[in-house]
Amino acid sequence: MSPTTTRRRTSRLTSEGRRAGGGSYAFLVIILLMSVFPLLYAVQIASVTTDNMYGLGSFGKAQLSILAENLRKAFSELDFWRALLNTVLVSGICAIAVVFFSTLAGYAFAKLRFRGRGPLFLFIIGTMAIPTQLSVVPLYILMSKLGLYGKLPAVALPGLVTAFGVFWMTQYLEQSLPYELIEAARVDGCSMISTFFHVALPAARPAAAMLALFTFVSQWTQYYWPFLILGTNNKALLTVAAATLRGGHFTDYTLIMAGVMLTAFPLILLFFFAGKQLVAGIMAGAVKG
Amino acid sequence: MKGTFVARNEAATRVQTSDLDARLQRRAKWSRLDIRLSPYLYISPFYIVFAIVGLFPLLYTAYIATRKWNSIAGDTGTAICGATCGDANATSWFGNFDWVLHQPDFWVALRNTFAIFLISTVPQIIAAILIAHVLDSNLRAKTFWRMGVLLPYVVAPMAAAIIFSQVFSDNMGIINSLFNAVGLPKVAWHANPLASWIAIASIVDFRWTGYNTLILLAAMQAIPHELNEAAEVDGAGRWRQLVSITIPQLRPTLIFVIITSTIGGLQIFDEPQMFSSAGSYGGSSQQFLTVTQFLWRTGFVSTNNSNMGRAAAVAWILFLIIVAMAVVNFLLTSRISSGDARASRRAQKKGGAR
Repeated sequence: MSPTTTRRRTSRLTSEGRRAGGGSYAFLVIILLMSVFPLLYAVQIASVTTDNMYGLGSFGKAQLSILAENLRKAFSELDFWRALLNTVLVSGICAIAVVFFSTLAGYAFAKLRFRGRGPLFLFIIGTMAIPTQLSVVPLYILMSKLGLYGKLPAVALPGLVTAFGVFWMTQYLEQSLPYELIEAARVDGCSMISTFFHVALPAARPAAAMLALFTFVSQWTQYYWPFLILGTNNKALLTVAAATLRGGHFTDYTLIMAGVMLTAFPLILLFFFAGKQLVAGIMAGAVKG
Repeated sequence: MKGTFVARNEAATRVQTSDLDARLQRRAKWSRLDIRLSPYLYISPFYIVFAIVGLFPLLYTAYIATRKWNSIAGDTGTAICGATCGDANATSWFGNFDWVLHQPDFWVALRNTFAIFLISTVPQIIAAILIAHVLDSNLRAKTFWRMGVLLPYVVAPMAAAIIFSQVFSDNMGIINSLFNAVGLPKVAWHANPLASWIAIASIVDFRWTGYNTLILLAAMQAIPHELNEAAEVDGAGRWRQLVSITIPQLRPTLIFVIITSTIGGLQIFDEPQMFSSAGSYGGSSQQFLTVTQFLWRTGFVSTNNSNMGRAAAVAWILFLIIVAMAVVNFLLTSRISSGDARASRRAQKKGGAR
């Protein structure tokens, strides 16, 4: 099975580069452990009693029954189903809105000619550099005046469009949607909007799926803005609800870790199915951006 | 619809040609309008939403920053710096900025933010380059490793921070237990400023190293293989290739990664907020209070005599610092890795064309 020298040389020239040695795998295993360990440690802490949390000996004291009890308690204290439903709803609505509006705008920027196209696009790119902190105070005042303080729409509203999404879809459609297809649809008598629905939207599907995924994850993992605007309605979303498990003076970290597990688990589950897409999305974005 | 239109047109031809002309003209006009207006219609959702949640707040925040603005009473006149600036009742447009710059906690927060930013970013980028370099080889189960490094990305920063607050427990958390096992003294990861910065920086790195690794990996794969092969022929080893070829070639991507890390890193909130228990903000003696936490405490925590005008002033100061830092970073990165002048000139030309 050992390859000859010539074969090795050709494989080096044609494949993606160097052959990985044992050291590379060992290194990657360590990196992998570092990214998984904190998650396992959360499970460990949720599986012991509070007086057994510390010290290396605590690893022997983990019990499934304690874990189950903590999870059950966290489940009811978080009002898990309601928080999960709300989180999915907010993240889902933002993902759909971002994808739809970004594809629409991306199609216009990539394929249609109109006065001011360049400056308008540059403006959108420019907004990406504005830190979210800058608008937190007025946004808070605005939402309060609109009567949205403590309500979910206030969480979702700022996330309905993103500059990154427009940039992303423009890049993608520029490369993958041939003008011939648009012209063919126009010749067939499609109006502008039906050309969009029949030609551009289907062509954008792969990039749209990735964008949806990224938007969903970033909405789900948000804490600062929901925490500010939900105020006392702090059980409404998973991240803010999990934070309420921390008490002022005494904090039961075995219970909190169960809460953290409940918050993180749905996305980790999603990651097992869609992680490949996320990887591809990040790598595609980098090459084009 | 088109069918009926044609049929009607045919009927029209038989009856009145002038009517047909009018219809066709109307249709052409409609079509021209469609072509001309549609693009604006398509980009309008972004602009409308942005106007409400982006542009308006941006302008409004400049106004609020000059006002005395309480979350309950609302706008109550021009900003007052107060006793800290000398005259307790003097009003000034820059009163809030003056007040912020007179707060020792603001400067502590600024120091902490920069410390956490530096301690997290520098090792993170070095690690990301190394991991990407290893991933950029002929590996078995590529997707598995790539997914493995990205896994932390789906964990919310606040959740990661809670976990790490226990990993780095001042008691016998796992890190201190390991230190103890090898004979090192316990570290007060929460109480000691430097130790707390390191702990919080590790939360940031936990979530973002894998993400940046993949961005760098994609950029590495775009480097022409001939370059590495030529270097190999010239006798350069793997390490030498990484330093002399790969890293200079990665420059545009590195600039992108560093600038996005700067924008995100200087706004850090979730990690320090969750690193302590609910009672304290940024530690018992503000040892890991960050600028964003200071902003929140100033503007939104009622027990602290909340003043949104002052919070808005903090936001503006932070914004200016971020812009300055992004520029500095840009200049530094383009200076550091410009291995040969030709490559940098080419990159500049490319940047100009875009």
